[in-house]
Parts: sequence; C-alpha cells; structure tokens
Amino acid sequence: MDATRPTLAVWKFASCDGCQLTLLDCEDELLTLAGEVEIAHFLEASDEVAPGPYDVSLVEGSITTPDDAERIRHVREVSGTLITIGACATAGGVQALRNFADVREFASLVYASPEYVATLDTSTPISAHVRVDFELQGCPIDRRQLLEVLSAFLMGRKPNISQHPVCFECKRRGNVCVMVAHGTPCLGPITHAGCGAICPAYGRGCYGCFGPSPNWSDGRPNTRGLVPWLDMTPDETERVLSTFNVAAFREEDHELRQPDTRGTDDDPPE
Amino acid sequence: MAKLMTTGLSALYDALRRAGYTVIGPTVRDGAIVLDELRSADDLPVGWGVTLAPGGYRVRRRDDQAAFGHSAGPQSWKPFLHQPRVKLWEADRVGDGFEVREERPEPPRYAFLGVRPCDLRAIEIQDRVLMGGRHTDSAYAARREGVFIVAVDCTEPGETCFCASMGTGPKSGPGYDLALTELIDDGSPRYVVEVGSEAGSAVLAEVPTEEADEDLQACARAEVAAAAEHMGREMPALGLRDLMAESLDYARWDEVASRCLSCGNCTMVCPTCFCTTVEDTTDLTGEHAERWQLWDSCFDLGFSHLHGGDVRSSPKSRYRQWLTHKLGTWHDQFGSSGCVGCGRCIVWCPVGIDLTEEVAALQAERDQRASGERGAP
Repeated sequence: MDATRPTLAVWKFASCDGCQLTLLDCEDELLTLAGEVEIAHFLEASDEVAPGPYDVSLVEGSITTPDDAERIRHVREVSGTLITIGACATAGGVQALRNFADVREFASLVYASPEYVATLDTSTPISAHVRVDFELQGCPIDRRQLLEVLSAFLMGRKPNISQHPVCFECKRRGNVCVMVAHGTPCLGPITHAGCGAICPAYGRGCYGCFGPSPNWSDGRPNTRGLVPWLDMTPDETERVLSTFNVAAFREEDHELRQPDTRGTDDDPPE
Repeated sequence: MAKLMTTGLSALYDALRRAGYTVIGPTVRDGAIVLDELRSADDLPVGWGVTLAPGGYRVRRRDDQAAFGHSAGPQSWKPFLHQPRVKLWEADRVGDGFEVREERPEPPRYAFLGVRPCDLRAIEIQDRVLMGGRHTDSAYAARREGVFIVAVDCTEPGETCFCASMGTGPKSGPGYDLALTELIDDGSPRYVVEVGSEAGSAVLAEVPTEEADEDLQACARAEVAAAAEHMGREMPALGLRDLMAESLDYARWDEVASRCLSCGNCTMVCPTCFCTTVEDTTDLTGEHAERWQLWDSCFDLGFSHLHGGDVRSSPKSRYRQWLTHKLGTWHDQFGSSGCVGCGRCIVWCPVGIDLTEEVAALQAERDQRASGERGAP
C-alpha cells in the first residue's frame, strides 16, 4: 500500500450514526476505499485513532451543545477538506424542531433532572459554525453519492451531485408520477435529488429527506406553489415539512416560519 | 387499399413476434397505461380508458372492449429511442496513458404497437433533431433503425389533447408501417388497416385480413373525423412563432413563474424534448473512467451554467425559454413546431400548468397592448 495515502476522519455530532454507517454499507467498495485512503479516525469501525491532521473529514450531526460548538472548530482546524454528510449536519436535522419551540420545556418532559443537561436553544448545521467544503444531503445519505464525492475528492475533480428536484430522477427511472396518477402527496418537486427517487418507485410520495432543492429561485424551491396541490390540510402540510430538514424547509418559506401558536391561551376555544 | 383484420390483435402481435420484433405497447401498470414490453396481446389495456386533467390522471374502466380507447400516457416512446441514461464510453488507465472503449450493446429490434398520431409526429421530429444535420446521435440512430411502427388513429382524444390544432392528428400521418383504426362495435372491436411500407405489407401478409369495403372505410374516416371535433384543448393555429418572439417582456411570464416549480416534469414527458447533459465519472482507484449522457432539462438551474454563472437563473426565464423554443424558435431551428399537441406537459405538471392557457393569456396581453397603443393620443 502507498504510504502517502490521504487520511480520512469521520466525526459525529448530534445525530443517529446512520450517515457514517453508510460508509460501512459500501460493502463492495469498502476494501478498495481502505486501499486508497487511510481510515485514520472512524470510531464506528475501530477505536484505534491515528493522530491528525486529516486530509478529508466526513462530519455527521448538528451542533446542539456548547461543547460541540467548540469541538467543531477543532475538527475544522485538523481537516484539509471538510465534507458534511446528512440532514443533521447540513440542516440541523429533526432535532432542529427545538428551534421553533422551547427546548427547556422539551428537556423537562424527557429528563428527571433536566438541570444536568447542557444544551443550546437551537440545533444548527455545521456550516453555521465553520467553513464547509461540500455538503452531502440526505437522511441518511445515499451510498452511491458518498462514493462519488470520495472518488471526486481523490481525483481532485468536482463531484456529480445534482441540486435539481427528485422529479428528474423519478422520470429518468421511468416511475409513474404518484402525485398526478394516484393523488398521493409528494414533496418530490421541491426536494433535492440524490436518493434515486426510491419512495415514488415503490408507490409512496417523497417526504423530503434530502431537503429543499435550490433549483427554483434564489436558492429555494417553490414550496408555496406546490402546497395547494398536495391536497393536505395546513396542519398536515406543516407536519410533512417538519421532519429531518425542518429548519431548511422553514427557512426557505416565510409563511412556514411563523411560530406555532396553536394550543396557547391566545387560541380561541373551538 | 385498406384491409380489415378478421381476427383480433393477437394475430398481429404474433406476426410481429414471428418477424423477430420485441413488441412494445400500452399496458396497465402502477395505476396508469404505460408503454412496456408486451408478453402477449392480452397485456393490452382492453376495456381501460383514462380521465385527464391539468395535473391529474386516472385510469378508468370502459364499458366496451377497446384496446386503444385511451389517450397519451405518462411517457411517450422517447425512452425506448432516446434513452434517459446512455454510457458513451469508458476508459482504463494503461501505463502512462489510457484506453477508451466505446461499446454499444446491440439494441433490440422494436415493434411499437399503438403509436398515436401525435407521438408518430414526435418521433419524426426527434429523427430530425437527433439524426438530421451533421451530427448524429449514434445511440439514437442505432435504436431507431428498423423500428416497426403500428400507428393507431386516435378515436378518443382526452381532455388535454389538441393534436387537431397542431395538425398532427387524429389521423396518422406518414412514417408508419401499418396504421390501424379501431372500430368499437357491440362485440369485439374491429381494426381497419392501412399499409405504409414494404415491411408493413410483409407483416400484414401473415395476418388474416379481407378487403375493407367502402362502408367500413367511411365508418373509420367518420370515427377519426369525430375525434377531431372532441379535442379537450385548442391551440391557436397561426401566429405562435410571432407571438413567442414578441412577448418576451410580457407580465404573464412573471405570473406563470410564480406557479411553475421548475421541476422539469414537462420536459421529461414531452415526446420531442431532447436535451441531455454529460457526466464524467471516475472510480475510487482513478484507474477507470466513464462518460454518461443523461436526460437534462432547461428547467434545471445549472442547465445554462457558463463561466461566471447561470444564464437563466430565474424561473421566469426558464419557463419562457421552454415555451418560446417549443412553439417559436423550434421553427427556425428544425423547420416545424416542437409541440405535437399530446397534452402530456399539462397532465404531468404537478401543479397543472397548461400551455394552451399560457398562450391564450399571452395573446390577450398582446391584444391589450395593441388596443392601448391604438387608444393612445
């Protein structure tokens, strides 16, 4: 093996580990990858850690604690190229629901002694804290896209990662549109491609796990153009947009960003 | 001289199979009448119809045994000829250089059973785009060569159809090997056949037929003529090219851009849209590279990316590009309209944008401007 192989590190912040496990899921290509890079820091695979700096870092998870806000600066310092992987790292993840509520109230419901929990009011993407060289979308990320990004890094070329909506992949795959032909609500037209249109291929609507596509205008999708055609109540619409990429979907639409006032004393009784 | 097939479509299907064709035709799958390989004539959507609307498509049961009692489905014949993904070449590193291989798998010999007149014209247009001129798309040409086309006149246009306005139907134009007219009688439908080529004649010789008498031919003509009167949509026949050229600064483009999602569905389902992008990939080792051609769309933000940025960054500029090319500058580039009136872009737009409505609105805006100018002192 070449002693001058680039080193790879994998880092975890607030997340479920699903995205970094995608690396282990690269079964057929894993040995090849291990031959091309030195996997120097990957706790899900080995507790043996080689010292930095690292040529490329894959960062999973969002920033939700004061400690992590510091730790990500260290990761940036020891990383040549920093690639964030997944909805938590690129958009704050499902835990960003706290951004639109009171996190102390959540903590008091979950933990017996919430005073021991040191947490921030918000869950924010890595790019809100340090410079990020590339963001890979998905919840979880797509295995082929991860290999494409790593292959591109190794060759010093631009990765082929399209930002257009899922509809492009759906039509190339030959799926019948579930929205038009079945009346199934689908976020495909406003969602970042990358999954290969898996859900519509199995008759389900897209639920937006790759986050908003920046294809329409000013880096956003036309969410408000789609919503009236989803045949959903406002409550259902808010729920479907409030999952893994809640902060990103709300960020791109002012109307959806309004605070949730239901259930408060201001609400008139039904 | 027109003939009448004296047995059902099975005889025709079997004759095509005996002649060595892979038969592609309409069949019910995933809640739609799609085009796919038929394992037998029983796969045809006998007794099925469709209900179409802007942004809406539903299959429905018919109360007869028509096999072609439906209009345009989710996709045209385009994916069989102009494939969504084509590997152009691959290369391996050899010593200090590399070796390029261009392998073209032998394409199937297709028979297309049930090509509607709008789609027949669309194939003719793509032939001109992809095989005319100095640069031929060799992958398309290889798949297109020797395709046997069984056209079927349209006797039941849908709510979003306007082939009569575009002059592409409901009667099949040239380019077919055989053309059928389906006559729905009380029992099994009957098929009047016209021959368009020697290959068509050879296949039909293997199918039981008799001469179609004058009454029957008149009946077939009347069915098709009636269909022309039942188009769900209408496109102004004249002046579209001028309207597209004159309307570039109209307010209507802003209005439609507020509804358009830039999702590209209209271009992907359009039987004439042909744009592609090219992706170069390398594997992890850097020893192997591939170049792929993929369907692309003028609604993709990066489609117009040049040094310095995206030329058509606004959704307005992208919708305008699509419509003005389709209905206007296509004439300058390829000598015809790029629209065949199949209505797929209306049906498969997730938010039901209707190009006939957009054209009507642009016309109204032009008329308003003209009357404003006349009224000015």
